[in-house]
Amino acid sequence: MSATFSHKSFAQQLKKYYSLYTGGFIAFVVALAIAEQMGMSRTWIGYWFMFATIGLYAMIGIMSRTMDAAEYYVAGRRVPAFFNGMATGADWMSAASFIGMAGTLYLSGYDGLSFVMGWTGGYVLVALFLAPYLRKFGQFTIPDFLGARYGGNIVRSIGIFAAILCSFTYVVAQIYGVGIITSKFTGLEFAIGVFVGLAGILVCSFLGGMRAVTWTQVAQYIILIIAYLTPVVWLGVKHTGIPVPQFAYGPVLQKVGELEKKITADPKEVEARGLAKAAGAEATAALKDVAKASADRRAALEQRMAKAKADNAPDFVQASIKQAYDNTPTDPSKQSEFWSARRNLGANASPPRPHAQPFPGKDEKAQDLARRNFLGIVFCMMFGTAALPHILMRYYTTPSVRQARTSVFWSLFFIFLLYFTAPCLAVLAKFDVYSNLVGSKFMELPAWAAAWRLVDPSLLTITDLNFDGIVQLAEIAIGGDIIVLATPEIAGLPYVVSGLVAAGGLAAALSTADGLLLTIANALSHDLYYKMIDPQAPTARRVMVSKVLLLLVALTAAWVTSYKPGNILFLVGAAFSLAASAFFPALVLGVFWKRANKWGAIIGMVAGLGTCMYYMCVTYPFLRNLLGVTAPIAEYQWFGMNAISAGVFGVPIGLATIFVVSLLTAPPEKEVQELVEHVRYPNLAGDTVMSEAR
Amino acid sequence: MQLTQRHQEYWRKNLVITAILLVIWFVVTFVEGWYARELNSISFLGFPLGFYMSAQGSLIVYVVIIGIYAAYMNNLDREYDVHEGEDE
Repeated sequence: MSATFSHKSFAQQLKKYYSLYTGGFIAFVVALAIAEQMGMSRTWIGYWFMFATIGLYAMIGIMSRTMDAAEYYVAGRRVPAFFNGMATGADWMSAASFIGMAGTLYLSGYDGLSFVMGWTGGYVLVALFLAPYLRKFGQFTIPDFLGARYGGNIVRSIGIFAAILCSFTYVVAQIYGVGIITSKFTGLEFAIGVFVGLAGILVCSFLGGMRAVTWTQVAQYIILIIAYLTPVVWLGVKHTGIPVPQFAYGPVLQKVGELEKKITADPKEVEARGLAKAAGAEATAALKDVAKASADRRAALEQRMAKAKADNAPDFVQASIKQAYDNTPTDPSKQSEFWSARRNLGANASPPRPHAQPFPGKDEKAQDLARRNFLGIVFCMMFGTAALPHILMRYYTTPSVRQARTSVFWSLFFIFLLYFTAPCLAVLAKFDVYSNLVGSKFMELPAWAAAWRLVDPSLLTITDLNFDGIVQLAEIAIGGDIIVLATPEIAGLPYVVSGLVAAGGLAAALSTADGLLLTIANALSHDLYYKMIDPQAPTARRVMVSKVLLLLVALTAAWVTSYKPGNILFLVGAAFSLAASAFFPALVLGVFWKRANKWGAIIGMVAGLGTCMYYMCVTYPFLRNLLGVTAPIAEYQWFGMNAISAGVFGVPIGLATIFVVSLLTAPPEKEVQELVEHVRYPNLAGDTVMSEAR
Repeated sequence: MQLTQRHQEYWRKNLVITAILLVIWFVVTFVEGWYARELNSISFLGFPLGFYMSAQGSLIVYVVIIGIYAAYMNNLDREYDVHEGEDE
């Protein structure tokens, strides 16, 4: 680094640029809002948001293009704490956080909070155990640290394998999210949406590596946080009267509790719940032959219409039956979508779960199991956070250890803004659904519900089960993602805010995908190619290899995504459990226990990762089918834990194995012990040799 | 190089603050989570306390923990003269 470079004036400059940028972005949104009032169509607003933001990210990517190794891998190590915090925030918050989190909380109430706690509390572990020490070590990747600390290529190889395994699992979920958002808001096909999004991801990481990704992520963070908070603040003012509803939604939560009780006891609801169970079963059967089932349903509804007419039923009841008739698709391409959405009605057979109540269950035993699994998820998400390479890598990019520590603070602060808002959004949206949607007439649904049920039945299906023309809660099947997507409309905001939310979701998915792809490409190019295959490779070739690999990995990930591998939450959860089991023990003992040695790390990492993978294979239905495991899940389960929390076993087994094996074998060499000492002190005589090593 | 007594004292202090903050982290995460049902019978700002802690309270504590650690350690660096070069 040149002696004339001043971190202070660089930070000042960045502040100026990003303030201008934020102002410019707000002006852009306002301009579109005015254009909307003057009659710009929704499709065009969607296009503007998508192409303007992707174009912007591309521009930052082009401006930050580089072939220098330190710039490419760690952004020149001069990202100030505050901005590294924002970049980490964007890197961290994925499509699942942005779009899915509030929906999960809406659907599962207290139990969904395990993710909120896990994905924030993990930063305490990052701050206390890892960030400052990794920064002091000061190389490029996480396998770098493992390789140097434990010596030899075996540990490094395990690190490479684990880094790729968890990052790839995670990146597939992101690209899937990108495809969904682009296709939903622009009307492009899912597959085309995936590739447009991919272009946005690649132009950045491909040209400028970590440097471009960092500065784009800062820009993406600003967009995503504005997009998330705007509608919630608006909705908060509507329901609580103040613009910081995060502190004031307690009374709303109480009202939700009262509505839950009322709904549970209401005889109309009891009737609808009985019918919901039958409707779910009917839909499951209908999926075998959707054409016949649709025709049958239309015929049955026709009869009912005639009967209602003969009985002189009120107009709104007759109209509601007519609407149900009209909504049953004749178009064969829509029929299976229609029936699979109706299958979700089956879940409405039981009364609504009290939102704030932890660990529901029919008896003591079931409740204890729920509690154990809740804490298991919290555990895995936290230790996974403190072990995911794409996050830890970010702390290599700050100018100093001091700034690395401060930077974890800013990271969590910026992440906190979103996670601490999500539970509030879920409650506000629930209140709106329970008080405005439930009880309204089918012919006079709130505008947002009327619009969204036509967009995608899997997000919102409302159907009159008892033909009274009035919406009961048991007649609504809701998909979690709608909560964030429809909030602007629930709050009564113009369409431009919906476009903003889509742009925010896109920013969240793109930024995370960028960070992950870079991690995978670096593990292959830097750790495998440069460190193990060709240590003589010149810098330019290393960077070039990394770029080519990035392209290949991205295409492979897009290809896997096009198979739409189901349950995103499981994919994400699995990535966390795997990372926690493989990395956490070796990284932390590497810093805090000088006696930890090579064989301890090798066997410990394999044991941790192996335990975790084994547990997932025998307890997760998809993998069980793949491997032909037939014995009942319960036989394999330990303490009744679900597959997603496999890390609960992987982490302690990893720690214990490293401990035992290290003590049984010879202590590490003197040089390694010295390395540990250097890592522990931000500045120690004799440092320069190590930290300047390229 | 040989570590001086000052160096070892610095590392000990680091371990102590790490341990203290970790205990707080453990309490607001796992102890709070384990007793969430019981805590819910207490009302706080109109929220059931167990719900409030998991949704927001613990999150605020996490931010504070990291803030304290960063401030404390950044001071300790200077006090024990192991801080890095000046340009911040």
